[in-house]
Amino acid sequence: MSFTITKHLLVPKHSKVSDAEKQKLFAAYAITEKELPKILKDDPAIAALEAEPGTVIKIERNSPTAGVAFYYRVVANG
Amino acid sequence: MITMDRPVHKKISRMDFGLFSPKQIAALATAKVVTPELYDQEGYPVDGGLMDLRLGVIDPGLRCKTCGQKLKECPGHFGYIELARPVIHINFVRPVFDLLKSTCKYCSRILMPEEKAKRYLVLLNKVSEEEGFEARRRKVKALVTKFKVKDKCPHCQEKQEKIRLEKPYSFYESDIRLSPIEVRARLEKVSDEDVQLFGFASGFRPEWMIMTVLPIPPVTIRPSITLESGERSEDDLTHKLGDIVRINQRLFENINAGAPEVIIEDLWDLLQYHVTTFFNNEVSQLPPARHRGGQILKTLSSRIKSKDGRIRYNLAGKRTDFSARTVISPDPLISLNEVGVPLAIAMNLTVPERVTEWNKAHLRAFVERGPLLYPGANYVIKPDGRRKTITAETKDEILTELETGYIVERHLIDGDTALFNRQPSLHRMSMMCHRVKVLPARTFRLNPAVCNPYNADFDGDEMNFHVPQTEEARAEAEVLMLVETQLISPRYGLSVVGCIHDGITGNYLLTKELILQRPEAIDLLYTCGVRDFSRLPNKEKLDGREVFSVLLPADFNFSGTDRSGSEVRIKNGVLTSGLMDKANLGQESGLMLRNIYETYGPAYAAELLGKISKLGIAVLSRRGFSIGVSDMDLPAETKAEIQRIIAEAEKETLALIDRFHEGKLESLPGRTLVETLELRIMEVLNKTRNKSGDVAMKQVRDSAATVMARCGSRGNVLNIAQMTAIVGQQALRGKRIEHGFRGRTLSYFKRGDLSATARGFIKNNFKSGLRPHEYFFGAMTGRDALMDTALRTPKSGYLYRRLSNAMQDLKVDYDGSVRDASGKIVQFAYGEDHLDVSKTKGGELDVKKIVEQME
Ligand SMILES: [Mg+2]
Ligand SMILES: [Zn+2]
Ligand SMILES: [Zn+2]
Repeated sequence: MSFTITKHLLVPKHSKVSDAEKQKLFAAYAITEKELPKILKDDPAIAALEAEPGTVIKIERNSPTAGVAFYYRVVANG
Repeated sequence: MITMDRPVHKKISRMDFGLFSPKQIAALATAKVVTPELYDQEGYPVDGGLMDLRLGVIDPGLRCKTCGQKLKECPGHFGYIELARPVIHINFVRPVFDLLKSTCKYCSRILMPEEKAKRYLVLLNKVSEEEGFEARRRKVKALVTKFKVKDKCPHCQEKQEKIRLEKPYSFYESDIRLSPIEVRARLEKVSDEDVQLFGFASGFRPEWMIMTVLPIPPVTIRPSITLESGERSEDDLTHKLGDIVRINQRLFENINAGAPEVIIEDLWDLLQYHVTTFFNNEVSQLPPARHRGGQILKTLSSRIKSKDGRIRYNLAGKRTDFSARTVISPDPLISLNEVGVPLAIAMNLTVPERVTEWNKAHLRAFVERGPLLYPGANYVIKPDGRRKTITAETKDEILTELETGYIVERHLIDGDTALFNRQPSLHRMSMMCHRVKVLPARTFRLNPAVCNPYNADFDGDEMNFHVPQTEEARAEAEVLMLVETQLISPRYGLSVVGCIHDGITGNYLLTKELILQRPEAIDLLYTCGVRDFSRLPNKEKLDGREVFSVLLPADFNFSGTDRSGSEVRIKNGVLTSGLMDKANLGQESGLMLRNIYETYGPAYAAELLGKISKLGIAVLSRRGFSIGVSDMDLPAETKAEIQRIIAEAEKETLALIDRFHEGKLESLPGRTLVETLELRIMEVLNKTRNKSGDVAMKQVRDSAATVMARCGSRGNVLNIAQMTAIVGQQALRGKRIEHGFRGRTLSYFKRGDLSATARGFIKNNFKSGLRPHEYFFGAMTGRDALMDTALRTPKSGYLYRRLSNAMQDLKVDYDGSVRDASGKIVQFAYGEDHLDVSKTKGGELDVKKIVEQME
């Protein structure tokens, strides 16, 4: 049996962030890649995205307190 | 000369541990100790004695001969003595024994073939490189135990004799005693390479474990104390060192005089004993060295080791001055932010106050009363920092010299700032700032309303108490930790304190049903601190609500619900509808209190809470409120009704069991037949209890128990139902009781009995009394609940500790993100919604109210 885990109810939506958006994010929090949480390049949730290290991934989570909450992780080599 | 006025920052990259060589010991020493005498006739330290001034100073006024510094500046310096004969260091007996056993008596090589030794050495180096020092030590230990059982030297082919260690420190080779000199000579001959296999780092020699010189610790670590009689009392270490020096001298003299070998041996043994007990006075085979009084000397290792040694007692177990600990008890009459302090404690703990022009007379009065009269003072500190004890003798002198700039350490008085704490300190409300209230008797008193944040009760709980000593500390405590600033929990945004017990019951009855005569109302309000009765309606008969409303601020508006669900409405400070119960006054729920806090501030909220509590208690004590067995009475018809419900349920249960045995029972999806039966029975029995409880509740008189259950001050409907109607099914791990004997719960039942009664259904109530088997089932679940809490508390405590330690340096940044100490982002928005929970009500923002206020 096989299924796409990204379609699973409990897996939040992962998407790549464009360069412009990435720069905006970095400016908003006054950070560099170093301060961002990481996500492994071969994490099953982003395997389909084929993201290169350094790409920022946007995660849209359903939040019990805020409705939808955004989280950002930078792709890292394992 | 070392000066300590400028801090030097250096990073320690590594530390080496090893042995001092005799040469190093002599080189480190500033003095050679040659005489056991300590002081000359004038009481001046003797040169070459144990208190030699080159070893540091312990007398005020004297200067160290080595570094030229005064007392407290000079760190102390080591000295040494030359031992007449070598002695073995007690802590190195084991390695010396290993070395003797594993090396050749004749050629001193390790008892291991050449190539094997080489291989092991390579292996050792590899282990330490790859796995670190600890692994190397383990490997060495394994090797040493492996190769000591050879009887022939692989190098010179000589036969080896067996070496025996007679504890604590004598070595025998074929029943001939090896003197430390012989042992040392053997160790000297072992090559540097071989020694590495025993775990010695290069540069260290095994013969250094047999001491020829002994370092003398600085006098600063063994200061003598001057007794009140003026007599000097020396430290245990100095006593021990005195013994060593004395015996050493006698040994020297005897050797020089050519005394018989027996005498020399005896003295040598004695020297060995003294040196051994100097290091460790708890060697199991040796009688410990004692004072003349019989008290055991505390020498080097007992200073460090064990529970009252330096590490666990002084370094890991810091004690705080100006603190106290005692049992707590309740006092609903002191205010929320006060703490009742026993007089005895108030006279021991002090607050330093600096004498100024303006408070001179005030502080003089404290000094005049002295330490024995409250409120007095225990010490004064002169401008030069010297502390003087106030006693009957010194009082007059102190009073004449007391001047601006002196500091008086006066007793604790009402209104002083103090910190109050109960362990485990799990959240910030576990340590709060209180105002001191000095009271008689011997316990700390606290307002029962603050039990909740401390999680305290009065079954013997003890609490800690601290008195801040500086203005900064007091200001910090008052601003950040005062009880009223801690009212709203940062965890759920509601008040952690509130009315409890009688405070709730009283207000509930007052607002529900009481009609008071005007004098009664005035009396009540006066008791809880109201002095202005202008807001009390000018009538002879007053409604309870009208009385309650006097406490509320005149411009307060609130709307909410009470526990029964009806609307609570307060308009312009008048309670127009609804009852005051737990939903409005209680802790962790009180929405009315929460709103007061928001609009009128912490101090007002705390004060109002105190008044409301007192009003409730006063109402109850005037009205009377008590509970009795007759409160549990039910009319005969109701009793019969309950019996009928129970009988029906039992019949239903039996029918289910019959259907099960006949195989007619249909299983629920995903369940076995047995599970289905159990579930169905449980369902039936639970329904029975609820039904009989409801029937009973309808008939129970308006007793104290029901009032308390209704307003939420104590107990619930289930408790009343269990007292009046039926206790109900006892459950272990969500199942009916099935433990005990084979196929049955108790020997009183038949095997395989699945009926309600045989599986823990208690059909009696607490008033009628339980049957023996019912009582037993009740005890089973009771014990289980007790075990559960006993086992869960430490587990969850540890879990919490790990969480709080892992998150302790996370903080919310100015941009609303949560970051760790290095600025790395943990959350992009605090709590994902940016909400400060303590600014919410139960985690939610009351948008409606905010809009109302904006208008
Ligand atoms: Mg307790
Ligand atoms: Zn010195
Ligand atoms: Zn040999």
